[in-house]
Amino acid sequence: MSSEGATAVQQHEIDLSGIDALLEPYLGKRGTVIPVLQSLQEHYGYLPRPALEYAAARMKIPLSRLYGVATFYAQFKMNPRGRNIIRVCKGTACHIQGSPKVAERVEEILGIKSGETTPDLRFTLEEVACIGACALAPVMTINDEPHGRLTPDKIKEILDSYE
Amino acid sequence: MYEKHLMICGATGCLSSGSAKVQQALEDELAKRGLKEKFRLVMSGCPGFCEVGPIIVIYPDEVFYCRLKPGDIPELVEKHLLGGEVIERLLYKGPDVDAPARFYDTIPFYQKQKFNVLHNSGIIDPENIDEYIMRGGYRAFSRALKMEPMEVINEVKKSGLRGRGGAGFPTGLKWEFTYRAAGDKKYVVCNADEGDPGAFMDRSILEGDPHAVLEGMLIAARAIGSDEGYIYCRAEYPLAIKRLKTAIAQAEEYGLVGENILGYGVNFKFNIKEGAGAFVCGEETALLASIEGKRGMPRPRPPFPANSGLWGKPTCINNVETYANIPLIVREGGVEEYVKIGTEGSKGTKVFALAGKIRNTGLCEVPMGITLREIIFDIGGGIKGGREFKAVQAGGPSGGCIPAEQLDLPVDYDSLTQAGAIMGSGGLVVMDDRTCMVDLARYFLSFTQKESCGKCIPCREGTKRMLEILERITEGRGEPDDLDRLQELASSIKDSALCGLGQTCPNPVLSTIRYFRHEYEEHINEKFCRAGVCKPLFEYTIDPELCNGCTRCARICPVKAISGERKETHVIDPEICTRCGSCVERCRQEAIKVTPVRREADVSH
Repeated sequence: MSSEGATAVQQHEIDLSGIDALLEPYLGKRGTVIPVLQSLQEHYGYLPRPALEYAAARMKIPLSRLYGVATFYAQFKMNPRGRNIIRVCKGTACHIQGSPKVAERVEEILGIKSGETTPDLRFTLEEVACIGACALAPVMTINDEPHGRLTPDKIKEILDSYE
Repeated sequence: MYEKHLMICGATGCLSSGSAKVQQALEDELAKRGLKEKFRLVMSGCPGFCEVGPIIVIYPDEVFYCRLKPGDIPELVEKHLLGGEVIERLLYKGPDVDAPARFYDTIPFYQKQKFNVLHNSGIIDPENIDEYIMRGGYRAFSRALKMEPMEVINEVKKSGLRGRGGAGFPTGLKWEFTYRAAGDKKYVVCNADEGDPGAFMDRSILEGDPHAVLEGMLIAARAIGSDEGYIYCRAEYPLAIKRLKTAIAQAEEYGLVGENILGYGVNFKFNIKEGAGAFVCGEETALLASIEGKRGMPRPRPPFPANSGLWGKPTCINNVETYANIPLIVREGGVEEYVKIGTEGSKGTKVFALAGKIRNTGLCEVPMGITLREIIFDIGGGIKGGREFKAVQAGGPSGGCIPAEQLDLPVDYDSLTQAGAIMGSGGLVVMDDRTCMVDLARYFLSFTQKESCGKCIPCREGTKRMLEILERITEGRGEPDDLDRLQELASSIKDSALCGLGQTCPNPVLSTIRYFRHEYEEHINEKFCRAGVCKPLFEYTIDPELCNGCTRCARICPVKAISGERKETHVIDPEICTRCGSCVERCRQEAIKVTPVRREADVSH
């Protein structure tokens, strides 16, 4: 479980100093749980537990409430992510044009499953329901850069171009 | 004054095929030649034809250039902009036209379309409110301000507009319920959480004509008596969110939003909420819970949001395309024009996203009542690679598939429902003979199962059991009773799930069993997947009659499963082959066939 190991290391170094400024616009208002989580994630790249604990205390809500919302939505990540985020589109148009084979090839090359991060934090592999670039199916994005009309044999070269 | 206007598609489809690089090249070229004052460059909304992107349309010449590359730009500037010459090699070409086609009305993709909701998309600069106003924008809203609320609602009722997001509930009626609901604080909410995989029409409207959605919401606010609205948009649509924010700021500056709007003593404030990625939030009560900062879980209705919605207040909630229809209806003489289009029970137009194994992928707007055949073959240009049409999936994971026999079905709410599909948000995914219908059903179920919020048992557990059955069928462990089990589970989930997502998720399974039962039976009884999708249920075999020994397949194979000398028949070792299909795509002879797994090998062990 390399990703957990990475979490333990990272959590030691969580710097909470920026959080107050970040929470400021939301305190005392209703309906702010999701925007707070979104800005925490933008700040840290994921949701470190100490940051969630701190935010819950400042917002005067139970940590379980933040945790429940954070784990409900696909956008929120509880573990550190890699330098490069790969998203293989799982939309219908991509599926029937071979996205499962593309995803399989990516998994084979990186040795990780969807949702996991390589131990060297170079890549995180995720799924996305549809990015709406159906004309280019099957599609994957790496750091929001789209790569379209994929076949399994093109994958290695594309991955090699990211450090 | 500009001599020419160049509209570059800046929507997601064209951006993915490189329109930003083309725009940069054009920007540089114009600057280099000192032509920026003469020619105006606009990143516009989507003209719909994603297949041939990146696209530039040049006005007033009305020339449509497609599949552009940055390298084409110097020629375009030199020959067209300065020399006034149309560059033939950059025009649209295809098997459906005899000669390169110059503009919308000569390109078959556009000929049967009717631009109503999309009439500004690709024509105006979506980040400039003046262009929206110049094309008649905000006139309907200022008219509505002079009308009584019930007059506005009656016009919407008379138009016959039904919700474009899924179930097709009459919009005017929904507004009337919210208008009549007791309460001094009411909300207008726009559902822009377009989550159906393969559907991107709402995104295109938001990116191409954001003011139309704002105007629709403002009119709704006027009708029901609301002073605050929310737009709940997927965070995966950053461009749409950016354009909405720009549009709201501009409307505020013009006094169309804010306090004492245009001196009529009414107020309105917009809020944007970014969704955090949950398909179930497309369901209205789940969406409202999500705005409130909770987990997006649906609740039983009644009470409907019209009576008790956001923070318990009466709430009018419609989707993007529905709101974008409103200005067309409420403008002077709008209803009379509006009802001329469409069928008895379904008025107006519908925007569809065409995707899958179709030649012309993209977005199209058609009058209700047009047939599927016209959409798929006349607008869509038929099946990619000249293969055979098998079915079209309408309405995403809540919809169903429609087979070739039903291609002449008119597209309206009621006909689609009768055929076992739904209008849904308007995704049409076309499938050919290489799509496995059992795998498709498994795919949709795995999607809905993953997205199930877990609140009610039929959806949480029922979809899991259905998925397990489908998985074992696609893995070759199907049992003869499985079809009955699937149908029984499906009907109990339909009857007992809490929300629309749960109640409709068995639809893809039911409709594939209804029209493609033989495929299920072949999977279960013969252990064969004819489409070559379910990996344990087929092998690739090279037809020695067709193979010419070109070695292309052997060179592409990632696992070196193919052997054979140049100019001699090649052979695939099924033990090594991973069924990735790279060789099939590569073979020019179509010599690689999908064949049943040879069982003899098992016997010899």
